[in-house]
Amino acid sequence: MPFEPILLARINKPNSIQLNGYRADGGYATFERALREKQPLEVVTQVKDSGLRGRGGAGFPTGLKWTFLPKDHPGPIYLCINADESEPCTYNNRILMEKDPHQVLEGIMISSYAIRSECAYFYIRYEYGDAYRNLQAAIDECYAAGLLGKNIHGSGFNLDIYIHRGAGAYICGEETGLIESIEGKRAWPRIKPPFPAIEGAFRKPTIVNNVETMACVTQILRRGNDWFKSMGVPPDPKNPRDAGSYGPKLYTIAGHVNEPKCVELPMGVTIRELVEKHGGGVWKGRKAKSVNPGGLSMGFAKCDLALKGEDGKTEYDIPLDFNGPGKIGCLGLGTAAITVIDDQTSMVDVLHNVCQFFSHESCGQCTPCREGTGWMLKITDRLRRGQGRREDLDVLVDVADRIGMMPGTTICGLADGAGWPVKTAIRKFRQEFEDVIRSGAKSVHSKSLQLVDAH
Amino acid sequence: MPTVYVNDKPVEIGTEKLNCVQVAAKAGVEIPHYCYHPALSVVASCRMCLIEMGDLKDGKVTMQPKVLPGCQTPVKDGSVIVTGDYAKRDAATKALPYDAAYKPGEKTQKAQADTLEGLLLNHPLDCPVCDKAGECKLQDYSFQYGHGESRMVDTKNTPANKPEISSKITLFTDRCILCTRCVRFTREISGTSELQVVGRGHHEEIDVFPGYPLENKLSGNVVDLCPVGALGSKDFLYTQRVWYLKTTDNVCAGCSTGCSIHTDANKDIVYRLRPRPNPAAQGDFMCDEGRWGYHYTNSPDRITRPLSRENGALRPFDWAGLAKLKESFGAAKKAVAVLSPFLTVEEAYRLGTAFQSIHKDVRLVLGPVPVVGEDDLYPKDVKGRAVTPTKFIIHAEKCPNRRGVESVLQKLQGEVIAFASAVNQPMDALWFTGGYPNADAVNAAMPDNWTAAKLLVVQDLFHSKLMKAATTILPATTAFEKDGTFVNHSGLAQSFVKAIKAPVEVRSELQLGYDLAGKKGLATVAAVRKDLAKEMPQYASLEVVAPAKAGSRLELATV
Ligand SMILES: Cc1cc2nc3c(=O)[nH]c(=O)nc-3n(C[C@H](O)[C@H](O)[C@H](O)COP(=O)(O)O)c2cc1C
Ligand code: SF4
Ligand code: SF4
Ligand code: SF4
Ligand code: FES
Repeated sequence: MPFEPILLARINKPNSIQLNGYRADGGYATFERALREKQPLEVVTQVKDSGLRGRGGAGFPTGLKWTFLPKDHPGPIYLCINADESEPCTYNNRILMEKDPHQVLEGIMISSYAIRSECAYFYIRYEYGDAYRNLQAAIDECYAAGLLGKNIHGSGFNLDIYIHRGAGAYICGEETGLIESIEGKRAWPRIKPPFPAIEGAFRKPTIVNNVETMACVTQILRRGNDWFKSMGVPPDPKNPRDAGSYGPKLYTIAGHVNEPKCVELPMGVTIRELVEKHGGGVWKGRKAKSVNPGGLSMGFAKCDLALKGEDGKTEYDIPLDFNGPGKIGCLGLGTAAITVIDDQTSMVDVLHNVCQFFSHESCGQCTPCREGTGWMLKITDRLRRGQGRREDLDVLVDVADRIGMMPGTTICGLADGAGWPVKTAIRKFRQEFEDVIRSGAKSVHSKSLQLVDAH
Repeated sequence: MPTVYVNDKPVEIGTEKLNCVQVAAKAGVEIPHYCYHPALSVVASCRMCLIEMGDLKDGKVTMQPKVLPGCQTPVKDGSVIVTGDYAKRDAATKALPYDAAYKPGEKTQKAQADTLEGLLLNHPLDCPVCDKAGECKLQDYSFQYGHGESRMVDTKNTPANKPEISSKITLFTDRCILCTRCVRFTREISGTSELQVVGRGHHEEIDVFPGYPLENKLSGNVVDLCPVGALGSKDFLYTQRVWYLKTTDNVCAGCSTGCSIHTDANKDIVYRLRPRPNPAAQGDFMCDEGRWGYHYTNSPDRITRPLSRENGALRPFDWAGLAKLKESFGAAKKAVAVLSPFLTVEEAYRLGTAFQSIHKDVRLVLGPVPVVGEDDLYPKDVKGRAVTPTKFIIHAEKCPNRRGVESVLQKLQGEVIAFASAVNQPMDALWFTGGYPNADAVNAAMPDNWTAAKLLVVQDLFHSKLMKAATTILPATTAFEKDGTFVNHSGLAQSFVKAIKAPVEVRSELQLGYDLAGKKGLATVAAVRKDLAKEMPQYASLEVVAPAKAGSRLELATV
């Protein structure tokens, strides 16, 4: 039976972005019913029981995060929607915001009601002009229809949603960087603890959730937990810390494929199926050499690397649930944005490009991240100019291993994300790097791509 | 009693809220750090203070798998801290029951060396021409905790220097390790927020906002805060290598805040003042006026030899003439002696008693007290208004020891007579002690139509209106040239020792007091403090307290 998209069900339908169109499809009935019939705590419990995990990258159980808010807090409590979506090749949030803003807004209303927030900040990256305009128009419609504002439908519940447009930095997506940015400061992630649920925006309890997480909340409340749990991957019994990967997920397919697109599928689809079936296969009749399973920061899968103990299967066959990428040394599912690299592309070039991104985006607070990302860029730049040395590879792996929250040397996860692609690329494609170093071959792109030396 | 273990050594923490750096210091273990500073907010970004941490519970130690920033990590009862220096711990301390596979300190050692490797990647390593060399934390920690050699073969970033960020301070941009102490200082202590970080990643730099240079009355502190040679004081730049400097603990004479300071001098020339952290006095900082105001000590305009006026002309005065001077003062009908608020408690006491012994009806008068503007409170907001909580005060009273001298006057004559009320009374002899760093206060205190006393002895540093009429001019000492005690605005008595020798022909105020009192031999503060302890119990602790400790608060009678 083919999978029926739910989150994307209304995409590109006529009237899909207008309130009347959304209403016609049963929109806001769920929120209105929750207002009438449910206590906030019941909503929290339902979301917790649904097994929903955050779609923003870290996969933290959403309902559980909500329970970290202080009990009986006099307020204000803030909800921040993370629409900074800056992970390369990721655009699932964008589609939801541009094409079905009300589904996201309903999720925000339900979530705000659940966590007793009367003020939600929608943090959207500046580059998303259409998304911003469509969202603002949708918010305006909601105010006009009495769905936002004071005493909504006589329930006594108040809610305002403000859109905050970012100014273009990856780090603004890190939840405490986002909060700093909302406060009008430079997006330097905060040290934790305190976590935002205790002390967030304007030093008040704050929940940060992703756009897709909000859309999921809408559908969970509308369709129930059984529906949500009917798809995806249950917890791994061998891993007591795995909370399972339930529900539908938006995957974006990019890179060297015939049909880059965003598809909605149950959690746990394999990379192979995504590329071959949904992405129309690798372009130009080539083969996939490597894939990023969830945004650049998750590291690389090597498509022809056999999985141990799994006959005939390779890293190309791993399932994309919260657990899958970890099994092949990748950081996690991340944003579920897969980037395909074909077999004609040099991993040296790919890695150089990756290092450019992270050294450019490091906020520069933490010594290990600031200096480490810069150093890795300089080394990979030298590699692609044919001036690599064998010891460079060891330095790269050493630096990649030592920067990040996991080893404990940085404030935020950007550094982990900067290290992961480097160490996985070199560990998995070491031969290719060594060949380049031995031959002194210059990258075919080495002229056109100058070392980024701006900010 | 709640106990924390630092490299196996138990430390009792009581009810204090401490982080790992603070607890380790209590245990005598230094955790190296850059961004952390007790007076500033914690950002935990430099990652020099990394440690390993665990819990001791039921006779078992469970260590966390990763390293943690010690500056940000609070401790509680049973916390176990292992630092990179674990191997150097006191071997006599019994090791805690760690897991057999755990190698204490190994991870931290590598992580700290890695941090230093990172900091040095783009560092110019121009120590030979860097003012900070010798007292640089990057040098020190690299030596103690760093890798032996660099693996960096690529070109270093070379951002341009920024001497224009301030008239007083220069920035060697490439030496900066981006600890942001300077930025936080201007945001949290001065509140003036001139400094910021521009750029991202490894292209980050410290800078000012265009058109808003680093100009505030506390700006010099960023130089002390800078752990490396990035921020330099233009006043000190290239004047001395720090290892030639002799450091003495002093008290700033600039205002009644009475900042505890270090005086750095070489061959009896003062080159630099730095704040000496003292929570009982000013805290961790000092103001620019005090910091760079020491130049009067070396001023070529200073009076450095005794002179007397004969037939209108000034001639060298022979110290042997002191006996005659004393006699004339004693014989005067109406005699006034002025004790300056720049005198130490010891000097004021010794001189005051000496004048009383020479002349039984002498009026002891408090010298002019310079007041400029109003007390200046920090931090400020963007509009320049002070905000609470107050973190620093520059007092309007520009002298160090009004309260100390007043206490002596109270004791000796039961009242404090202000200069303004005494100066207009008829007098035959006036003996004026000064030590004023400039003549403004004295000039301002002199009435235009003043008729000079017949005998006018003025002991001061610089020429003034009063001195024009003096019959005898005696050179004075500065606060750097003596041992003594100042009592600040809040009644805190701080003792200090001499940083440099006074010019050869100067006879110190204390010695003069001795000589006038007819005592034989060399004056010492110790002897005066003995007398003081007997006569003025509030100063009894001076006799036993070693000078220049944190300072002791005296409950002085308010006048
Ligand atoms: C460097 C960095 C960038 C991030 N960027 C985003 C982002 O663009 N959008 C997002 O939703 N989460 C992003 N995150 C994850 C957020 O910190 C946070 O975990 C997430 O917004 C929580 O929402 P969720 O629980 O709904 O997933 C980023 C994290 C890091 C470390
Ligand atoms: S890890 Fe990198 S991006 Fe994150 S706070 Fe530190 S320097 Fe900034
Ligand atoms: S200039 Fe000095 S104090 Fe300021 S950030 Fe750089 S190293 Fe730190
Ligand atoms: S505040 Fe007063 S005592 Fe402190 S340094 Fe400035 S002038 Fe000196
Ligand atoms: S001193 Fe702790 S991280 Fe800088």
